[in-house]
Amino acid sequence: MRLDYPPNVKIVRVPCTGKVDLLHILKAFEQGMDGVYVAGCLEGECHFLRGNLRAKKRVGHVKRILAALGINPERIQMYNLSAAMGGRFVEIAREMTGKVRALGPSPIKTGKGREFVEGQGEEKKQ
Amino acid sequence: MKTGSRLEKVLEKGAFAVTSECGPPRGADPDVIREKGKLLEGVVDAVNITDCQTSVVRMSSLSACLILKEMGFDPILQMVTRDRNRIAIQSDVLGAAALGINNILCLSGDHQRFGDHPQAKNVYDIDSIQLIMTVKKMRDEKKFLNDQEMTKAPVLFIGAAENPFADPLEIRALRLAKKAAAGVEFIQTQCIFNLDRFAEWMREVVDMGLHEKVAILAGVTPLKSVGMGKYMKSQVPGMDVPDAVIERLKGVPKEKQGAEGIKICIETIQRLREMKGVRGVHIMAIEWEEKVSEIAKGADLLPRPKV
Amino acid sequence: MIVAQAKPIEDIVTMIDRYDKIILAGCKACVAVCAAGGEKEVGILASAITLARKRDGRAIEIREVTLERQCDPEYVEQIRGFAGDYQAVLSIACGVGVQYMAEHYKTIPALPGLNTSFMGGSLEQGVWSERCQGCGQCILHLTGGICPVTRCSKSLFNGPCGGSSKGKCEVSPEMECGWQLIIDRLKALGEFENRFTELFPIKDWSTSRDGGQRKITREDMKA
Repeated sequence: MRLDYPPNVKIVRVPCTGKVDLLHILKAFEQGMDGVYVAGCLEGECHFLRGNLRAKKRVGHVKRILAALGINPERIQMYNLSAAMGGRFVEIAREMTGKVRALGPSPIKTGKGREFVEGQGEEKKQ
Repeated sequence: MKTGSRLEKVLEKGAFAVTSECGPPRGADPDVIREKGKLLEGVVDAVNITDCQTSVVRMSSLSACLILKEMGFDPILQMVTRDRNRIAIQSDVLGAAALGINNILCLSGDHQRFGDHPQAKNVYDIDSIQLIMTVKKMRDEKKFLNDQEMTKAPVLFIGAAENPFADPLEIRALRLAKKAAAGVEFIQTQCIFNLDRFAEWMREVVDMGLHEKVAILAGVTPLKSVGMGKYMKSQVPGMDVPDAVIERLKGVPKEKQGAEGIKICIETIQRLREMKGVRGVHIMAIEWEEKVSEIAKGADLLPRPKV
Repeated sequence: MIVAQAKPIEDIVTMIDRYDKIILAGCKACVAVCAAGGEKEVGILASAITLARKRDGRAIEIREVTLERQCDPEYVEQIRGFAGDYQAVLSIACGVGVQYMAEHYKTIPALPGLNTSFMGGSLEQGVWSERCQGCGQCILHLTGGICPVTRCSKSLFNGPCGGSSKGKCEVSPEMECGWQLIIDRLKALGEFENRFTELFPIKDWSTSRDGGQRKITREDMKA
C-alpha cells in the first residue's frame, strides 16, 4: 500500500498485546515519550483469546497511574485493528500524533509539574 | 417477684402490658426528656430509653433513665454491647441498679456504619445473649463474670429484643429459645407490620413453650405517611412492611395518612392482643411520642393498672 | 496470607519527598502473592516514583530489591552491604516487613509503601477476602469452619442479629451475613441441631491482641 505514517511513531513489536506489561508502558514514559498507544487485534479476534482484553485492562491501569501523578491519561491509548487494516493503522498513527501534539510535551520530560488534576479534567496549560 | 420493676408486676398480675420508648436528645438538655415523658404519663407501664440508637451519639441512656425516674416512670435501660467492654458493662449495670433502675434491655446495637461516627472502633467484647447471661449472673449469683463475689447484687428485670422478620426466618424462634435459656424475662419485638409472619413466629414460640418462660411484648409503630412506610420497607434492615399496608395508606389523601397510620396501628394491637402468648405491646412512635396516648386509648389499653 | 494494598502513589511521593536516594524493598512472600509488594510491583512503583520526580524536575536514585521474606532476620540482613549508602528504605512488604527494616537498620528510616489490610485468601484473580483475625483461640470446629469473629460484622458468637437480610449483612448488601453462612454450613454437616441451640460462652480475648503484643516461643526449636 506504501502508506506514510508520521515518523515520530516508534514501533515496539510484541507477539501479542497480551504480552505488553505495565512496566513497558511506564518505561516508555520514563524515557521521554510524550504519548504511548497499544495497537491490538480487534476485540474477539485475539489468537490467544484474551490477550488484547488483558492489554486493555493494563492500559486502563496506566491511565489511573498517570492521572494520579498529574499526567494527562490521554497520553496512553488502546486501539484495536486487524493486521489487514493498513489504512486504519495510518489513520490511528496520525490521530494519536495529533492528540499528543495538542497536549504538548510530557511534564515527565519538561519537569514542569502537574498538567492534570483528577476529577477536574485538564489543568490550564502554562 | 424478683425485682422492683413495675413492668414485672403488671405482667405478674396477668395484665396486658404497655411500654413505649423515648429517644434521648443530641444535646445536654434534660427538658427534652421531661417533655417527652409528659406525653407518656399515665399511658405506659414502663418506658425504654434508647442507647445511641442507629449509632448516633445522644445523651446516655442511664442519665435519661434517671430523669424519667424522677418523674415517676419505671424506665427500661437499653444497653448495647457495641460501645462497652465487659468492664464498662458490669460497672454500668451496678450503677443503674444503685440509681434505682429496675429494668434492662440487652442488645447488640446497630453497627456503627449507620451512625454519625462510622470511623469509630466497635467493641463487641460480648454479644446480646451474653449480656443477658452477664446480668443474670450478677443478679442471681451475685458474681462478676470472673466469678468473684460482689457486695450487693443489681436487681434488674432482664429484657431483650427479637426480630421475627429477620433472615433466616427458620431460626428466629430458636434464637428466642437461646435468649430464654440465657435468662431473659421479657422480649420486645421489632415493629410488626406483617401480622401473618408474626403469627407464624408466635405459633412456633408457643409450640416451644417459650411464651411461658418469657413475656413477649409485641412491637408496633404507627406510620406517619406512605414515604415513611416505603423508607422502612427498603432502607431499614430487618423490617418487613407488606405492600398491602403501604397501599392502604396510599388510599387516603396525604393529610389523612397519619390518622390512617394510627388506625392501622390500633387494629394491629387489637389483633396482637388476641394472639396466644402475646403479653403486651411495645409502642414505638418514632419522633411522634404525642400519639402514644391516642393509640393506647384507641386500643382500649387505658387506664393502666395500679400495681 | 497477609493481604495488603498499595498506598496511593501521591502519598508515597510525599512520604519520600526529602530523599534523593532510596532502597525500594519488595517481599516474595504473601504480598507478592496478593500482587501488592512482589518483584513486579517493585518495578512498577519504582517507575511511577521516577515519573513523579521527573515531572517535578528532580532526580531520584532507587535501588530495587526484592527479598525472599522481610519477616526473617537473615533475609532482612541481605541489604546490609549497601543500606548505608541510601537515605531511606521504602518497604512494600506488610507492616511486619517495614518494622523489621526499622529494627535492623537503626539509623535509616523505614517507610511503608502498602496498607496492610488483613489475613485472607483470594476468591478469584484480583479479588481477596478476609478470613482470620488471629484471636489466638480458634473455635472453627464449633462454627462449621466459618469464623464468626471475622465474618460477622459484630463478631457475635450467638448470631445472627436482627440485621441479617436475604443472606446479607446489614452493614452492606455486598457483605455476606457470617451467621447465615454458619447456619447453612452446620446444616450441610448435620450439626445444626446440636451446635446452634447451644449458648456460646463469653470469649476470653486475652489471647487476642487485647492481651498486648503476642509472642510464641518454641523451646524445642531454639538454638
